[in-house]
Amino acid sequence: MTIIFQPSPDQPAPPTQRGVIKWLRDHFFSSVKNTILTFLGVGIILAIIPPLLDWFVLNATFVGNADECRAAGGACWSFVQAQFRLFMIGSYPQELAWRPIAAGLLLLALFIATARQLMPGKVAVVFWLLLPLPIYWLVGGGFGLESVDTSKWGGLLLTLVLSVVGILVSVPLGILLALGRRSNIKLIKGLCIALIETVRGVPLVTILFMASIMLPLFLPSGMEIGILYRVQIGIILFSSAYIAEVVRGGLQGVESGQSEAAASLGLHPWVTMLFIILPQALTKVLPPLIGRCIALLKDTSLVIVVGLLDFLGISKAASQDPEWLGFDAEAFVFCALIYWILCFGLSRYGNSLEKRGYAAYR
Amino acid sequence: MKKITGLLAAGFALFAGQAMAATLDDVKARGFINCGVSEGVPGFSNPNAEGDWKGFDVDMCRALSAAIFNDPTKIKFVPLASKQKVLAVVTGQVDLTSRTTTWTMKRDTKEGVDFTSVVFFDGQGFMTRKQNGAASAMDLNGATVCVTAGTTTELNLEDFARANSLEFEPVVFEGKKEAVNAYRSGRCDALTTDASQLAAFRITMPDPAEHVILPEIFSKEPLAPLVKHGDNAWKDLVTWTINGLITAEETGVTQGNASEQKASSKNPTVQRMLGVTGDYGSYLGLENDWLYNAIKAVGNYGEIYDRNLGSESPLNMPRGKNALWTKGGLLYVAPLR
Repeated sequence: MTIIFQPSPDQPAPPTQRGVIKWLRDHFFSSVKNTILTFLGVGIILAIIPPLLDWFVLNATFVGNADECRAAGGACWSFVQAQFRLFMIGSYPQELAWRPIAAGLLLLALFIATARQLMPGKVAVVFWLLLPLPIYWLVGGGFGLESVDTSKWGGLLLTLVLSVVGILVSVPLGILLALGRRSNIKLIKGLCIALIETVRGVPLVTILFMASIMLPLFLPSGMEIGILYRVQIGIILFSSAYIAEVVRGGLQGVESGQSEAAASLGLHPWVTMLFIILPQALTKVLPPLIGRCIALLKDTSLVIVVGLLDFLGISKAASQDPEWLGFDAEAFVFCALIYWILCFGLSRYGNSLEKRGYAAYR
Repeated sequence: MKKITGLLAAGFALFAGQAMAATLDDVKARGFINCGVSEGVPGFSNPNAEGDWKGFDVDMCRALSAAIFNDPTKIKFVPLASKQKVLAVVTGQVDLTSRTTTWTMKRDTKEGVDFTSVVFFDGQGFMTRKQNGAASAMDLNGATVCVTAGTTTELNLEDFARANSLEFEPVVFEGKKEAVNAYRSGRCDALTTDASQLAAFRITMPDPAEHVILPEIFSKEPLAPLVKHGDNAWKDLVTWTINGLITAEETGVTQGNASEQKASSKNPTVQRMLGVTGDYGSYLGLENDWLYNAIKAVGNYGEIYDRNLGSESPLNMPRGKNALWTKGGLLYVAPLR
């Protein structure tokens, strides 16, 4: 009779070496130091989360007036609800609110059409370059639409107009400046360098003050350029100087072999620049370029120093309403949330662009 | 860039030949007033939930608009940051600034503006808890007082204490918010800053009724609308519109009874004011019923005060120094005759 060796089944690992306990030990209690850190971390979380939860949700007031909010003690979300219109469009006339919304939809439609590549790239570029015109026309009126004075624009509307138009104009302008800086014509080169270095040497706040206070001193009394346009031009100048330097970095990063190859094929220098050098350069500098766009969006909040009530400014103004005094925190939390959504969205979109760009040029 | 250089060149070219135009003519030709207001000071000016500008300073502009155009809506409100409030008038960006601005000698003489009539006598005061039982600042001897650092507020407090031989224990904070929060949490017995701000801070307390603003005001902050220096006719117009609103309160003419008073009042001041007798409006280049229109639009001074700062507003500030001179306040304007 042969005895066949029957291995007894494996003992399970001791409880301290498997499952949740092992995971916990490995990750949180692997040494004395880590154990202390773990307890410290848990302590901090326990100290922070419950009061935050209390304020944000449990004691918060979602429906009710200011007195009910103060009595409840938590966040007053009904304040944001009551002032929602003000947050979004400031003093813009309610019955014309469809116009900024239409402008927003136009932007969104063009964005989707471009992202899904529903039209050839060249057509898309032309549409994007022209977009500031319909935006200002829809929001500001004129040419058949009732005109709305820029002093009534405010809130998120103003922030978006300033930043969208700012980005759309300053990117091409920045590219032109960068090309001008590489120009062989001394005059153009000198002018571009002077402009870029002057603007980069001055903080945005100074430019805004110049636009709001100094410029009117130089204008004849009959001549008026609305403060909004002056500020918009200031923002565009500021941003395009930085974009010019970003683009210059990209241009320098394209190997000289590319332009030499194009030259040996007999391509015109303009064609070489437009279709060979620039696309590669822009692809290389997409991350900092998107970074500049995000920075511009956030920089527009500085216009409060010249009395324009952008999204941040209107949040402050809304919390000064005598009916709703003392809810600054809610206004700022709401404000931060919207800014975060906008900036994060822009940054995610930038990421997807980068992936597509690298795939195309690998 | 081209645009800006072009504009600059055009500006310089015309700068020399530019003559001082009469503001009233400009305003009439334009069809509206450019009124500089603050970006948000509770009770004085801020956009409400519908986006309409509301407040005490705002109503002064509305009164002016009604006096000129017989319509209180012919205004473009220009929110001004604190740094711009004087410059915007000087550069002509606004026709007047009605924005909680203190009338000081330097501004009046050196900075190219003229002040019209004082609309609000502000000044530093105390807020304390009712349970402390203080009815006047003299009862605050030995109290801890929350105050912001390095401001005139702190110096005023010291001067006031010395002048009245009181002892305070100042608790000094970097910012106003911190000082208010400290007072709210009970760090100090009293809080000191301008009275108009105390009223706004009081609302943000969990129990506003438990706090009282003491009657003593111990610094001078006369707030007045300002206009560009040199256009006396325009300055007169703004000054006398405000004086008219105050005179209307003196004589008991209100938004509600103005029509009735105009038809039947025997009081010669009221008759002059409402354009029944005399041609006082024409002295300002306006219709003779200019004040009637202003009062119909926004009410007399007392009504404007009550609606925005006083008993009908959440701020609920007592008239205090801003009562008529006949009622123990400082409001005293030259006679309308």
